[in-house]
Amino acid sequence: MLSPTEKEEIVAAMAHYDLKKAAGIDALRIVQRHRGWVSDDTLRDVAAALAMDPAELDSVATFYNLIFRQPVGRHVILICDSVSCWVMGYENLLEHLQRRLGIGMGQTTRDGRFTLLPHVCLGACDKAPAMMIDDELYGCLDAEKIDAILESYK
Amino acid sequence: MQRPLTQNIRPNQPPLSLAEYEKAGGYQALRKVLSSMTPQQVTTAVLEANLRGRGGAGFPTGRKWSFVPMGDDAPRLKYLVINADEMEPATFKDRVLLEGDPHQLIEGIIIGAYAIQAPVAYIFLRTTYTEAFRRIDKAIAEAQAQGYLGHNILGSPFSVELHLHASAGRYICGEETALLNALEGKRANPRAKPPFPPVIGLWGKPTVANNVETICNVPHIINHGAAWFRGLSRVADGGTKIYGVSGKVKRPGAWELPLGVTIRELLEEHAGGLRPGLALRAILPGGASTDLLTADHLDVVMDFNGVAAAGSRLGTGTMVVVDDKTCIVGLVANLMRFFAQESCGWCTPCREGLPWLAKILTAIEQGQGAPEDIAILKEHTRLLGPGRTYCALAPGAMEPLQSALKYFEEDFQRHIREKRCPWRS
Repeated sequence: MLSPTEKEEIVAAMAHYDLKKAAGIDALRIVQRHRGWVSDDTLRDVAAALAMDPAELDSVATFYNLIFRQPVGRHVILICDSVSCWVMGYENLLEHLQRRLGIGMGQTTRDGRFTLLPHVCLGACDKAPAMMIDDELYGCLDAEKIDAILESYK
Repeated sequence: MQRPLTQNIRPNQPPLSLAEYEKAGGYQALRKVLSSMTPQQVTTAVLEANLRGRGGAGFPTGRKWSFVPMGDDAPRLKYLVINADEMEPATFKDRVLLEGDPHQLIEGIIIGAYAIQAPVAYIFLRTTYTEAFRRIDKAIAEAQAQGYLGHNILGSPFSVELHLHASAGRYICGEETALLNALEGKRANPRAKPPFPPVIGLWGKPTVANNVETICNVPHIINHGAAWFRGLSRVADGGTKIYGVSGKVKRPGAWELPLGVTIRELLEEHAGGLRPGLALRAILPGGASTDLLTADHLDVVMDFNGVAAAGSRLGTGTMVVVDDKTCIVGLVANLMRFFAQESCGWCTPCREGLPWLAKILTAIEQGQGAPEDIAILKEHTRLLGPGRTYCALAPGAMEPLQSALKYFEEDFQRHIREKRCPWRS
C-alpha cells in the first residue's frame, strides 16, 4: 500500500507530463526516498497508481542504476570508478573502504549502516577521487579522510 | 578578459538569488526579447553568433532551432529539453553553471522556448547532482513567483512552464533521443534517426534538446549581440568555453576562457603543469569518448575544428592529463568497462562487443593477454565504429581505444610479452 504522502507526491509528479506513465521514474524515486528501496509489492502498487503493467514498470526500474530493487543499508555509498578517479588512485581507496566496512561491492554491512556501490563519473573530476554518501558529495579523498567521513554516519 | 557565463559565480558562495541576479542585469535579455523581438529574430541572432552546441557534438544551435516547424500550421505543443545529464567521464563543466548561476540557465531556457515557441520546457538533470537540484528547484520557484515563468510572462502573450526532472542514473540518457525516451518514462534506448527531434521528438512533438552550457550563452548573445559574442572567441565559432583539466596536475579545475585556447595554455598556465616528478604522456581532450592525443599535440587549438584536425574531438572540452606513471592500457580498460556497463543493450554490436573488449583489455592489463588480442582489438575499432550501431556510444568507445593502439601499441605489446603490467610495481 502506498502511503497518502507517497500518493500525493506521485499525483503531483504526474502533472508534469502529458501521459501518466511518464511519471514512472519520478514515482519510483518517490517511493524509494520513503522506503529506501523498491520491493515487488511496492512496484505493483506504483504500477497500479500509474495504470501501468507491473512488468513494464519493472523493465524501467531495472534499467536505471539508482533505482534499488533490493534492500540497501541506511546510507548508500557511491564510489566513482571512472577515468579521472582511476588516474587519481581510486582503486586503493576502494580496497581501504572494503576492508574497513568488511564488505564487497554491492554488499551491505551487517549492522545495516552502509551499502557500497560503484558509480560512473560523479562530475567531481577536479576533486578526484570522489564519492557520494546519500545526497552528499565528498572529494579529494584519502584513507584518513574516508575514515573520518564514515564516522559521521550512524 | 570577459567571462559572461561565470561572471556571477562566486567560489564557495551560494548562487545569486533572483533579486541579486536582476541587480546584476539578469532577465534584461528576456525583457528585450519579449518586448521587441520576434522568435525568428532570436534564432537569427543565435545563428549569427556562431554558437555551437557545448554538449560534445558541436552542432550549430541556431540551425537546430531553425528546423522546428513554426507558424500557424505548426503543432501547438513543442518542447525545449535541457540536457543536464552530465555523465561523460571526466566532465564537470555543466555542474559549474548548474550550481553557480541557476537563474542564468532559467533565463536562457525561457528565451530558447520563446524562439521555438515551446509552451513546455524540461531540465533533465542527473540524479547525483543533488546540490544543483536544490538550487535550481529554488530558482524556478523564485522565477515563477516573479512572473518570469508561467502564463503571459511579463504581460506578453508568451507562456512557458518549466519542469525539473531528476533522472535515475544512466549514461545513455545523455544521448538526445534516449533522453526523450527517459523523459517519457521509458527505458532510455536511443531512437532511430531520422526523424530528428526538432521535427518529431518528445511524445512525437517537435523538440529541441540543448546542453546546459549552450543555453546559458543565449541571454548574453541577446544582450550584447552576435558580433560581440563572436569576438569573445579566438576562432570562427563564437563565445567562451568552460574548459576543465583533471588528472595529476598541480591545480585541477574548470575555467571560462576564450574558445580556442591551446592545450599547452590549459595544462601549463591554468592547471599549473604536472605534479613534480611526472612527465606528460597523453591527453584525453574532451571526455571519455574522444581520441587520445600525445605530448606532440600541446599546441593544438581546443576548438571544434582544431581538435578535429589533430584527429580527435573537442567533446566537452574537459581533458584528462595522463602522466608517465599511469598505464595507458589500464586507462583504456577502465574506459571500456565504463562503456560496456553503460551500453543500453539495444543493438547487438554494442551490447556484445563492448563487454568482450573490456574483458580483453582487462586481461592484457593483468598480464594475461595473447599476441592475437591486438588484432582483435583493432578489428573491433572498425566493427563498432560509426554507422554500425544505433547511436554514438560504441563509436565513442572506440575513439580512446583506436588512438591508444595508434600511439601506444608498444605498451600493449609489452604487457603481453612480459605477462604483467610494467606500470605496476
